[in-house]
Amino acid sequence: MFEPAQQNGSPRIGFYVCHCGHNIAGKVDVTAVAQAVARFPGVVLSRDYKYMCSDPGQQMIMDDIREQKLDRVVVASCSPLLHEHTFRTAVARGGLNAFHFQMVNIRENVSWVHDDPADATEKAVDLARAAVRRVRLHRALEQKKVPITPAVLIVGGGIAGIHAALTLASAGKKVYLVEKEPTIGGHMAKFDKTFPTLDCAACILTPKMSAVRSHPNITLWTYSEVTKVEGFVGRYRVTVKRKPRYVIEELCVGCLECIEACVFKEGKFYDEFNQGLGKRKPVYIPFPQATPQLVLIDPEQCIEFKSGKCKKTCAEKCDRDAIDFKQTERIEQIEVGAVIVATGFQTVPSEKVPFYGYGRMPNVFTALEVERLVNASGPTGGQVVTREGKAPKAVGIIHCVGSRDEKTNRWCSRVCCMYSLKLAHLIKEHTGAEVFNFYTDMRTAGKGYEEFFYKVMDDGVHFIRGRVAEVSDWAFTPDEEGKLVIRVEDTLIGRVRRVPVDMVVLATGLEPGPDSQQIRRLFNMSCSSEGFFLERHPKLAPVDTFTDGVYIAGACQSPKDIPDTVAQAGAAAAQVLALIDAGSKELEPNTAYIVEEECSGCKSCIALCPYTAISFDAARKKALLNEALCKGCGTCVASCPSGSIRQNLFQDDEIFSEIEGLLTPVT
Amino acid sequence: MSAHVAAREGAAPRAEWKPRVVAFFCNWCTYTAADLAGVSRLKHSPHFRIIRVMCSGRVDPQFVMDAFARGADAVLIGGCHPGDCHYMEGNYNCLRRFHLLQRMLGQMGIEKERFRLEWISASEGERVKTVVNSLVEDVVRLGPLALPGRLREWDREIDHLEAAVSERHEEATSHAR
Ligand SMILES: Cc1cc2nc3c(=O)[nH]c(=O)nc-3n(C[C@H](O)[C@H](O)[C@H](O)COP(=O)(O)OP(=O)(O)OC[C@H]3O[C@@H](n4cnc5c(N)ncnc54)[C@H](O)[C@@H]3O)c2cc1C
Ligand code: FES
Repeated sequence: MFEPAQQNGSPRIGFYVCHCGHNIAGKVDVTAVAQAVARFPGVVLSRDYKYMCSDPGQQMIMDDIREQKLDRVVVASCSPLLHEHTFRTAVARGGLNAFHFQMVNIRENVSWVHDDPADATEKAVDLARAAVRRVRLHRALEQKKVPITPAVLIVGGGIAGIHAALTLASAGKKVYLVEKEPTIGGHMAKFDKTFPTLDCAACILTPKMSAVRSHPNITLWTYSEVTKVEGFVGRYRVTVKRKPRYVIEELCVGCLECIEACVFKEGKFYDEFNQGLGKRKPVYIPFPQATPQLVLIDPEQCIEFKSGKCKKTCAEKCDRDAIDFKQTERIEQIEVGAVIVATGFQTVPSEKVPFYGYGRMPNVFTALEVERLVNASGPTGGQVVTREGKAPKAVGIIHCVGSRDEKTNRWCSRVCCMYSLKLAHLIKEHTGAEVFNFYTDMRTAGKGYEEFFYKVMDDGVHFIRGRVAEVSDWAFTPDEEGKLVIRVEDTLIGRVRRVPVDMVVLATGLEPGPDSQQIRRLFNMSCSSEGFFLERHPKLAPVDTFTDGVYIAGACQSPKDIPDTVAQAGAAAAQVLALIDAGSKELEPNTAYIVEEECSGCKSCIALCPYTAISFDAARKKALLNEALCKGCGTCVASCPSGSIRQNLFQDDEIFSEIEGLLTPVT
Repeated sequence: MSAHVAAREGAAPRAEWKPRVVAFFCNWCTYTAADLAGVSRLKHSPHFRIIRVMCSGRVDPQFVMDAFARGADAVLIGGCHPGDCHYMEGNYNCLRRFHLLQRMLGQMGIEKERFRLEWISASEGERVKTVVNSLVEDVVRLGPLALPGRLREWDREIDHLEAAVSERHEEATSHAR
């Protein structure tokens, strides 16, 4: 390696400050920064340039390393989270060790957040001084490569998980698909038609579901949950809990005769798949096309579980002896190289919007309920009827329920305008009723979406612009008698209106799922402020997370429709393929190590390590650190009383010199 | 860290005093939050400087002491919320150290407002702004800490005492002779 300065003891540091167009130079006096830094000890060259990350910018660094015999490089530009890798690579291509480099964040941390140019410039110089002092001490480091196990875990079997699983499996990779419900399909499985093409949801989804079931590369575990994740990119060890169905999977052929034979002659219990609009028995299958085609028994409801005195007609009926009341949960352990999280969303619970009367007035429905009503295989066989079983003459669809509102969620849920249009069309088609859509703004951006809006208008659906204040059953006039009255300020005509209808549909928005916080912790991800999983970069790394080897896809990342979900699932699968096919991944070398001569054997570090990477060698009375297990947090380093534990990239002396650099008075 | 290092460097009072806050932010939550504050263009006080560490658990008490000794008016540690540390429990270890250290700093006459630990998650760009602003406000109210100067005084005091002791010691030995 080319390291002249190491031999004669004086570093040759090259410093570069980036204008980032006006992003930095508009606030920070970059010329002044370059001039100030040129005077710092060890700096042999100090330049400013328009875009350091551009090709010519990187080339400049490489040329300078060769021509000016630089042995250290500092770049002051944007956040290291964005371009540290770019510059390290340039430094390495110039012939230095990639880690003889330090980055200074003067965009996110300076020019974008400070008003006063003088203050901003002073801060930039301080930060640069700290980096220049620090970089002198940087050690040459090697990046360890970890092999990538060619298997993938996908969590969530909605359309996102299904699409990613099929893509990866067809590329020959081993896929484990874990779904917490008894069937895959997610929300899409509940729909009859999908906007804007109104193609039959089942026709496009169920073939994919059965492909998942039969693909030799896919192991499908439904009614299962991930309970533990250990390890790191390339080698995650995952524990999956498989809840008992009380039906032996290998034996059940899905003939459904046990359901028929159950001692309950009629369904009696809340039917989850139909949003409670139908009733099911304790032994059931979520819906006819459920995948896998396996029945299950709900032990909370089954008489055999409650009293042990059931006639067990279901078991009697099964000629394959597939029913097993003694089944217990199973724990599976798998090893995968990467993970795709595709756990979807939930709709805003209607309790959050009490003024629309859901639960109080029976004919206020949620959109998901109406999705089941319009569905030919739904609880009413596709009839849109009120809870009394009557066809409605007038229906009101309220948009933005729980969305775009300070009191509930501030974000736009992106799909509700479109699915409200779809439901308006379907309700009108099924019932011939007058349909009123109460909207805030019509948001129909998407291929064919605006056209669909016009089509629905041409159908004769009414559109009233205004946020609905309340839904009540309090009649003012005879024609409001026995109706639900929607009170709204029509902002186009500037008047408050009362619209009597027989049925109200709440277009509830999308929000993070109920266990999203648990999932986030399990996979060490972050959430954005709304609680959706946070992508590594909003534009450039939309399916990556901050945890290497963990990717996200679908509505768990933000509200989105099926086309966008599928696109994102494909993108996540492509990222996983790139990772697996590369065969290995370079790790950040920020691990800790022990300088044995200095270890006093006090053992205080051992209990601190959350990864049990440190053990004690009783014979030699020294702590031993297993670098393969170390994830590089540095907690042990900070607590070692004798200072014998060191951390690459974050050495004590490096950090001390940073502090010193920051606080050295300007002369 | 030791007093004489700071004394040698010297922190000559500047013409116009500006607060100087050193902030240790963990890479995964608080540093990311600071980036978000940037991307969201949330303007806030410029009188703080961030040092990035992988985890708040990496913050050695000596870093904090050193920052004060070199003239920081306040030190801020930012980490992930309890339960959210990228390394599971580094932030708890940080919290334990923080409490000890805060008491120790109190013994040295350093007001507790000058040393803060805050949990700021990656999505809380807004919180970076409010925390930094309120900390800088506190510091402005308290005025400069000027620990380097004080440390110099304490060093001189100790030098005097040591000189006095060795004088007496010499006297005693010469008497004995
Ligand atoms: C009423 C309504 C109508 C809609 N109509 C349309 C339409 O017509 N056209 C259109 O393009 N879009 C429509 N959408 C949007 C569409 O539903 C979403 O784009 C799509 O469902 C997103 O797919 P997904 O796989 O990301 O999430 P989901 O469909 O929510 O699937 C997530 C899956 O993950 C599972 N899961 C969750 N947590 C866990 C866990 N911890 N472990 C294991 N598994 C877990 C869930 O059980 C579920 O099966 C509509 C949405 C609503 C609310
Ligand atoms: S990583 Fe943020 S506190 Fe540990």
